[in-house]
Amino acid sequence: MTALPERTEKKLGLVIDLDTCVGCHACVIACKGWNTQHYGAPLSDQDAYGDASGTFLNRIHSYQVEPEHGASQTIHFPKSCLHCEDAPCVTVCPTGASYKRAEDGIVLVNEDACMGCGLCAWACPYGAREVDMAAGIMKKCTLCVDRIYNENLPEADRQPACVRTCPSGARHFGDLGDPDSDVSRLVAERGGVDLMPEQNTKPVNQYLPPRLKDRLQAPEMTGDEDILAPWLAPVAEEPQGFLKWLDGALERL
Amino acid sequence: MHPAPSVIIFSTLSGAGFGLLIFLGLGLPVVEGWIALVFYLIAFGLTVIGLLSSVFHLKNRKNAWRSYSQWRSSWLSREALAAVASLVLMGLYAAAQVFLATTIAPLGWLGAALSLFTVYTTSMIYTQLRAVPRWNQWATPVLFLTASLAGGALLSGNGTVAILLLALLGVVVLWHWWKGDRRFGEVGSTLETATRLEGRVKLWEKPHTGENYLTREMVYQIGRRHAVKLRVIAMGLMVVLPLLVLLLLGAHHVTGAVAVLSYLAGMAVQRWLFFAEAEHVVGLYYGAHGNITANSSERTPA
Repeated sequence: MTALPERTEKKLGLVIDLDTCVGCHACVIACKGWNTQHYGAPLSDQDAYGDASGTFLNRIHSYQVEPEHGASQTIHFPKSCLHCEDAPCVTVCPTGASYKRAEDGIVLVNEDACMGCGLCAWACPYGAREVDMAAGIMKKCTLCVDRIYNENLPEADRQPACVRTCPSGARHFGDLGDPDSDVSRLVAERGGVDLMPEQNTKPVNQYLPPRLKDRLQAPEMTGDEDILAPWLAPVAEEPQGFLKWLDGALERL
Repeated sequence: MHPAPSVIIFSTLSGAGFGLLIFLGLGLPVVEGWIALVFYLIAFGLTVIGLLSSVFHLKNRKNAWRSYSQWRSSWLSREALAAVASLVLMGLYAAAQVFLATTIAPLGWLGAALSLFTVYTTSMIYTQLRAVPRWNQWATPVLFLTASLAGGALLSGNGTVAILLLALLGVVVLWHWWKGDRRFGEVGSTLETATRLEGRVKLWEKPHTGENYLTREMVYQIGRRHAVKLRVIAMGLMVVLPLLVLLLLGAHHVTGAVAVLSYLAGMAVQRWLFFAEAEHVVGLYYGAHGNITANSSERTPA
């Protein structure tokens, strides 16, 4: 039955640091690579050299944020399945293909049972599910369930492909149900947040808000004086010698 | 949401077909022999064409049989079961009326109740989706049920009941549009709640250069600019024209046929709008729905 488990032993998920993500899309490629070559139907592309379209389990949006004061910022925003505790995509599934695992909370699709109706994708507020147009079945992030428990891989690789590949350390994987885990401590320290809390999905994945960026040093931008200002100030306010004559001559023209 | 023709045909035709089954099951009218055969051919024709059409939007049809398994949690599964159960019961009831000229009234009542429940399950598939605020309101099941009953009354030749139900349908549809236009703001999802970024957030770059499944399926925007005209056309064909025909010309076979065809055409337009106008919150991540959330995002504390 596609009912949700009452509780899960663990809450495996991702913590995504919007402060350090540089928007390189390496996680997108690593995800597509791993999930095309391993578990389940490959992630197909359609018309790859023309009007390209394809299945991805992880996508990076970029946003411009205009704060109340100061300059705008660019925030790169990775988005994949949030493995919600109250996952609406699971309960709507008519075939029993969609399920949430009681042992670790990962939301998965049993591809052998999926009929490709797409209702779970409609139920997800985050756009985490996509029907693969070649296979005709629903694809979604598996949290690389075939890596994280895989004893044939070196221990360092037993992480989701996106986390393992991220060059800026913006993605973290762990048990968010354990308050002492590294990821839970990171969330507590940095004030991690749920996406769309008003949708009542109780997402497991957490997003760390960007820190305040280094302030621009120009006093006219910040209103403050830089600590180096006394040394950087012009030695002479008024030009001297030849420059004084040139300045005067140009003024008189 | 993408208005897939298969789903529009399904909900229009099967809604009317189940509506007719409800009236026939209740014995309004009690029909037997050849007349019963014609009535049931129309009723089963509409429902079965509708149900078959709905199968065409499945991308992996070989697993469709599994959709009968999750009735405890899924409205779509309940719909699949209720549809088959009501068709089987009404099939037995119809067979007795057509071939044995016998009316087994309790069987008909049960079939009518199941047919009504089937229409309710269809409506709940949409109503349950919090991510599509326009559908996520109580007027959605009321709309589907009223539409089905009005269609059934027209098809079964219950002139007076049809007039009352069509008038009610007009009111319900107007309410659904009025309330639907406000639901996105009421749910309160904005690009700011979607990203939880502080300040005014704008999409700067999409994750991909082309379209994808999400943008095709859920960020459908085409034809919205004609929405007002289409609403007028839908209301005119679905409610106003059938009402005028029935009230001015009286209910008999020719006027009934005109009213039914006009109702079905209007219903198809209404269902097209039901999908095309429905805004999915995932559109926010793609910079859509800014016009709806502009007011509510100002209220969001930055």
